[in-house]
Amino acid sequence: MKHIINALVENKPGVLAHVAGMFAARGFNIDSLVVGRTEDPRFSRMTIVVIGDDRVLEQVRKQLAKIIPVVKVQDFSGQPVVTRDLMLITVAAPPEKRAELFAIIEVFRGHVVDIGPKSLTIEVSGPESKIEAFIDVCRPYGIKSLARTGTIAVPRQAGAEL
Amino acid sequence: MNSRITSQSGTRGQAQQESLTGAEIVVRTLLDLGVDTMFGYCGGVVLPLFDKLFDAPIRFIVPRHEQGGCHMADAYARASGKVGVVVATSGPGACNLVTGLATAMMDSSQVVALTGQVRTELIGNDAFQEADTTGITRPITKYNCLVKDVKDLERTIREAFYIASTGRPGPVLVDLPVDVEVARYHMGEPATIDLPGYKVRTKGHSRQIAMAAQAINQSERPVLYVGGGVITSNTSEQLRALARKANIPVTMTLMGLGSFDQTDPLSLDMLGMHGAAYANYAVQECDLLIAVGARFDDRVTGKVATFAPHAKVIHIDIDPASISKSVRVDIPVVGDARCILEELLEQVEHRPRTAWFEKIAQWKQRYPFAYDRNSPYIKPQYVIEEIWRQTRGQAIVTTGVGQHQMWTAQFYKFRHPRQLITSGGLGTMGFGLPAAIGAQIARPDALVIDIDGDHSFNMTMTELATAVEHNLPIKVCIMNNGYMGMVRQWQELFYGKRYSKSYLANPDYANVARALGAVGLTCEKKEEVPKVIEEMLRQERPCVVDFKVDRHENVWPMVPAGKSLNEMNGLDILERLI
Ligand SMILES: Cc1ncc(C[n+]2csc(CCOP(=O)(O)OP(=O)(O)O)c2C)c(N)n1
Ligand SMILES: [Mg+2]
Repeated sequence: MKHIINALVENKPGVLAHVAGMFAARGFNIDSLVVGRTEDPRFSRMTIVVIGDDRVLEQVRKQLAKIIPVVKVQDFSGQPVVTRDLMLITVAAPPEKRAELFAIIEVFRGHVVDIGPKSLTIEVSGPESKIEAFIDVCRPYGIKSLARTGTIAVPRQAGAEL
Repeated sequence: MNSRITSQSGTRGQAQQESLTGAEIVVRTLLDLGVDTMFGYCGGVVLPLFDKLFDAPIRFIVPRHEQGGCHMADAYARASGKVGVVVATSGPGACNLVTGLATAMMDSSQVVALTGQVRTELIGNDAFQEADTTGITRPITKYNCLVKDVKDLERTIREAFYIASTGRPGPVLVDLPVDVEVARYHMGEPATIDLPGYKVRTKGHSRQIAMAAQAINQSERPVLYVGGGVITSNTSEQLRALARKANIPVTMTLMGLGSFDQTDPLSLDMLGMHGAAYANYAVQECDLLIAVGARFDDRVTGKVATFAPHAKVIHIDIDPASISKSVRVDIPVVGDARCILEELLEQVEHRPRTAWFEKIAQWKQRYPFAYDRNSPYIKPQYVIEEIWRQTRGQAIVTTGVGQHQMWTAQFYKFRHPRQLITSGGLGTMGFGLPAAIGAQIARPDALVIDIDGDHSFNMTMTELATAVEHNLPIKVCIMNNGYMGMVRQWQELFYGKRYSKSYLANPDYANVARALGAVGLTCEKKEEVPKVIEEMLRQERPCVVDFKVDRHENVWPMVPAGKSLNEMNGLDILERLI
């Protein structure tokens, strides 16, 4: 099962290597790991999607917390969260297919960020399932390249998806 | 969390606002932290530091190999309860610390390693003697860091000592580029530690403790299972009080030996793969297992699924990550063992548990540790028993790794904490001799004996020169079976007696000892054992005794890897011997 773990870490050299090394050394499975700055320049936030059962997750949380530059660990499993992935995807788009593609992009609330003679680059963000669905829809046109960020998440305040 | 390690000496006053080099800052900070002994080996990028150590009031021990130096610092820490400090140069020097750091890490020993590094602007350029020291040692240290700015130096060293010595202790490495050692900075008030991600929990949760007390008071068949955490947290007294008051038998891990007096009737001695049959049976049949400062290592639990199958499990540990890592725990109590046991002590009641103690007495009588006393050969167990007798069980004992280590654990009945210094977690051959040196430095008046294996001794015997140089009266008793005995035992039992590469020709150890300036003795006859030990104990210089022991002796009982604790081999052999 997939779990989203959020770790606030000190902005120090070697922290990413430490976290990644710990996951590798203990045989934990990372699905994705995103690091970025936070509102406080002293800290970064890591959002880690981990695959494993509850026992594995408990160890992941504890082993993360044990790393000294890791300040706080939160497990978002079983709690309402907003999750987002960002994807840039370049799809083959000969002129005769473009209208069709634009319609799809519209449905997915994506943006065209680059246009070439034979392709379009589209930016899509959303929960992972939406990104996957968009990839599936694009596949028949021919995917030329694809880059994804992995999941970031924050706890949800409102009761439902907005 | 903001806290500060307080000054332990008055050297600070004069340092106010002086401009100092990084190397001077290191030395002053070490003195301020109370360091009076260090181990280390010099090299290009630590020369500025060594220059400042030249006339510093610090006893400095130079090993013959940095691995030895790291084991010395580790054993110094284990024997004294203080932080052990080791210094090495960049590249090869730092790499030679690796085994020592991993050993300290696995056994939660408080070591601070200072390594030199190439100039900051050369880092990453494959400079001469450059190694990615923080990268290499990250998984084998509790914490490490590279100091890039002399402004951070004092704070970092204080943090290193604080992290190494608090919580679950462990080694910390600080990497010092040579330009930082020579850069100048003003030293003012003691730098304040700034570690927002490091919180040390001491007091246990009162509700959990109350639950633990209730479980203890209700238990018919409890067992205390204690590990090295009881020793590092100085909890032996509280442990004894708890065992006595609540009337609970105590079994120890290899690392826990010494935490509870093994001559006490409540002692069940060591448990696990080569533990006492009575300890293993007691664990398998208990209804309550109270783990204190122990981590359910696979050498202790055997097959996890069938470990202590009838027991409710209480786990008292400072490290939350140890809880429910391998064995499911019913009542976890996270915090300092001493605080927790003190609180627990007030809430437990005495219960006679007559049936339980009768059963234990039967096991003890039926399956004691045993060996063939009538053999014409020198049995290693006999040598260890005789050492115990002549030292009245009071020596500080270090070991290598192998059969001799297990026999030491089985036949030297430890009575005090910090009395056995052995590599339990990593199982590092070659630990014994440098550990004896570190322990002797920490405890100059104690009798320190390394009970070693021939092949373990081979790995670090060069450190005998260090012992001679400092005239340390350590004693090395080599249980010379001519084999990597533990490997030979496994090959005999599990590999059809194909003794692949487990035999090497050994030198004449008495001659080696003499060549290095120590006393060398040899013991070839069983009858001579007591006399030779007497002679050894009379020596005031380092002394090596080569005991030519039975080459084919095995360690019993033995729980084969992956079997349950009650599936011990060799019980029939033990039964025949008593
Ligand atoms: C550095 C290291 N290398 C290899 C091993 C694997 N090993 C464990 S015990 C052992 C044999 C030890 O031989 P010796 O020191 O003579 O002790 P004995 O078992 O004969 O008492 C070996 C090779 C180890 N523990 N440590
Ligand atoms: Mg041997």
